[in-house]
Amino acid sequence: MLEVRALTKRYGPLLAVDSISFVARPGETVGVLGPNGAGKTTTISIVAGLLTADSGEVLIEGRAPSGDTDPIKRKLGLVPQELALHDELSARENLVLCGALYGITGATLRTTMDAALDLAGLSDRAKDRVGTFSGGMKRRLNLAGALLHDPQILLLDEPTVGVDPQSRNAIFTSLEELRRRGKTLIYTTHYMEEAERLCDQIVIIDHGKVIANDTLEAVRRLVPGVNVLEFELAKPAVDGWCDRLRQVDGVDAAEIADTLLRVTLRDLSETSPRVLEWLHANGIGYVHLASQRADLETVFLSLTGRKVRNA
Amino acid sequence: MNLTAFTALVRRDLRLFTLDRKAVIMSIVAPILIASFFGFLFGGVADREPSRIIVAAIDLDQSEISQRLIKDMTADKALDVRPDSIEPARAAVRAGKITVAIVVPKGFGDQSGSALFRGQNKPTIDLMYDPSHSTELAMVRGILTQHVMEVVSRDAFSGAGGQRVTGEALSQVNSATGMNSADKDALRRMLESVGQWNRRVRANPQAAGVNGAGGGLSLPYAVKEESVTARKGVQYNAMAHSFAGMTVQFILMMGVDAGIIVITQRRSGIWKRLRAAPLSRFTIIAARATSAALIAMAIQFIVFGFARVVFHVRIEGSVPGFLGICAAFALMTAAFGLMIAATGKTPEATRGIAILFTLLLVMLGGAWVPSFIFPQWLQKVTFLVPTRWAVDGFDAMTWRGLGFDAAVPPIAAMLGFTLLFGALALWRFRWEAE
Repeated sequence: MLEVRALTKRYGPLLAVDSISFVARPGETVGVLGPNGAGKTTTISIVAGLLTADSGEVLIEGRAPSGDTDPIKRKLGLVPQELALHDELSARENLVLCGALYGITGATLRTTMDAALDLAGLSDRAKDRVGTFSGGMKRRLNLAGALLHDPQILLLDEPTVGVDPQSRNAIFTSLEELRRRGKTLIYTTHYMEEAERLCDQIVIIDHGKVIANDTLEAVRRLVPGVNVLEFELAKPAVDGWCDRLRQVDGVDAAEIADTLLRVTLRDLSETSPRVLEWLHANGIGYVHLASQRADLETVFLSLTGRKVRNA
Repeated sequence: MNLTAFTALVRRDLRLFTLDRKAVIMSIVAPILIASFFGFLFGGVADREPSRIIVAAIDLDQSEISQRLIKDMTADKALDVRPDSIEPARAAVRAGKITVAIVVPKGFGDQSGSALFRGQNKPTIDLMYDPSHSTELAMVRGILTQHVMEVVSRDAFSGAGGQRVTGEALSQVNSATGMNSADKDALRRMLESVGQWNRRVRANPQAAGVNGAGGGLSLPYAVKEESVTARKGVQYNAMAHSFAGMTVQFILMMGVDAGIIVITQRRSGIWKRLRAAPLSRFTIIAARATSAALIAMAIQFIVFGFARVVFHVRIEGSVPGFLGICAAFALMTAAFGLMIAATGKTPEATRGIAILFTLLLVMLGGAWVPSFIFPQWLQKVTFLVPTRWAVDGFDAMTWRGLGFDAAVPPIAAMLGFTLLFGALALWRFRWEAE
């Protein structure tokens, strides 16, 4: 288990991490979300021992690491945002080095290396130079490098940056497999859809502060309107009727842009029939209808007033 | 220390170095090529005849003396004399094709003999020279003086012109007024003796104890030249110094690269992975230093090995001393690289400054040109430069052929610099990820 308690880190006048706390249990994936510059990487770097916190502490299996060589650091595996690979060396040579950093050699290294390559889907490219790999393959190898010493806790700092959809799915599959094996995953990202797919617990950070920390469902409920109906109208609407639609009981918001109507509801099953009836009664036809749940992007927007990628 | 990690990190650095073709070329091929060039420039493999100075000779006199003078200068091993006329010679000097043009004036044969005794009415020899070769001008002036004195005095004492000159001088002495009578008598006796000697030589050169080539003034000494090297019979090999200098230069460049690699890694995931592992800082630093030192040792062996095989550069002095110099310089290079890693901020900015600093060290260390040509004060200053000790150490162990005791001061100095650079590196090293 990993416990982060009231971590604080300053860079001069900038408070990069402001009393961040969270807990990650075995078999759990904790998504640390936030825009660029929110403090995600600084938090992960402190947890991994790359930076020293000004205050607060990190407990790994209930114990704070003491010094660079503390064996408790073996419990952690770091997948840094920047690739930790040598392009000039083969995939296998890179992994040999990763293993050696944790004192793994010989048959043990060969076994774990094969398993890591298999998990990353790179067994057939083991002898190839990393410089010849695609961006996605390098990301997968970057992940494999952190698994050789079989860490209990895996720190993944934006592991899918610049990755094609196919490799992203391969990484997700690997991570889901690791979670099934009982590993604790700490996953930082600013892609909300990734967190929705992978994470059990969501920690949203903005300007170094935790603004939400709960399960995915609980975080979703932080937004007043959690469902959206989207209509593609048959013809552009007449001015002013959108205001009347907002007065329908259960409708939180209604916005129209050309022929696209978005209606935010508190309760889908209760309110949507009333909306459909109102449209029919007012002679407003539509050619397509879709329903959406509020996503984390909406949650972030709701909590901060800004979109994640623009924040 | 985690030996497995240490060994793996050293092996990684060595492998990355050998895979980097540019680094290998810069560290091994470049010093060999440049050292070979400088070696040839400064004398090549053995004591060879120095390059002759190209001189144009313009004889406006066409007398027996002027022709003899040009013939003697042509025979001089320091000169490459080419007959010419004034304007083409001037154009050739201006174009840099000829270093000096000597113009022997009309009347030189007649005037030079009497000027020898009377010091009056001296003929003027014009020297047109390339101002970028002022050193050669001084040499030509000296050589010309020697040959003029020999030719003119020979003619005065044993040539046909000598009789006329001494006769004229004698009549001038006899008719001179205001001269002290004792001085006049002494001068008259000397001129009569010269005239008598002249007649005897011309009547019977064999009986006079001289052949046709003798009879005048000549240099009152002979010169025997010996280059003092490791031992008698061992010729100086200019390649030894140039290979020492270039090896020092390019190994330091490698040290700069080793430091910049650390700066680059510090900004990458590789550094983060290293720091996240349960490794001591000593392991990380020691691995980097060890790999840099091993690469430096390998470069030294390869470059000096090439010099040994191709240019016959030998370790004429102490082999353990040579190895000690190599090892001390390798360690100093490793510490130098760490210092660069510790003080540099970005790879781009660090590279420029570090290379400039390295070139200064190399220049002051006497790697390009021997430090003995520096002014005295600068020679003293350069003892504060680590490269001076390295170059002097290599010179001492190769062509100077000195013993191990001569290697001790350079080794001690370089180890001192190793400690200094290492301490600075540890003091300034930024361990936190960027």
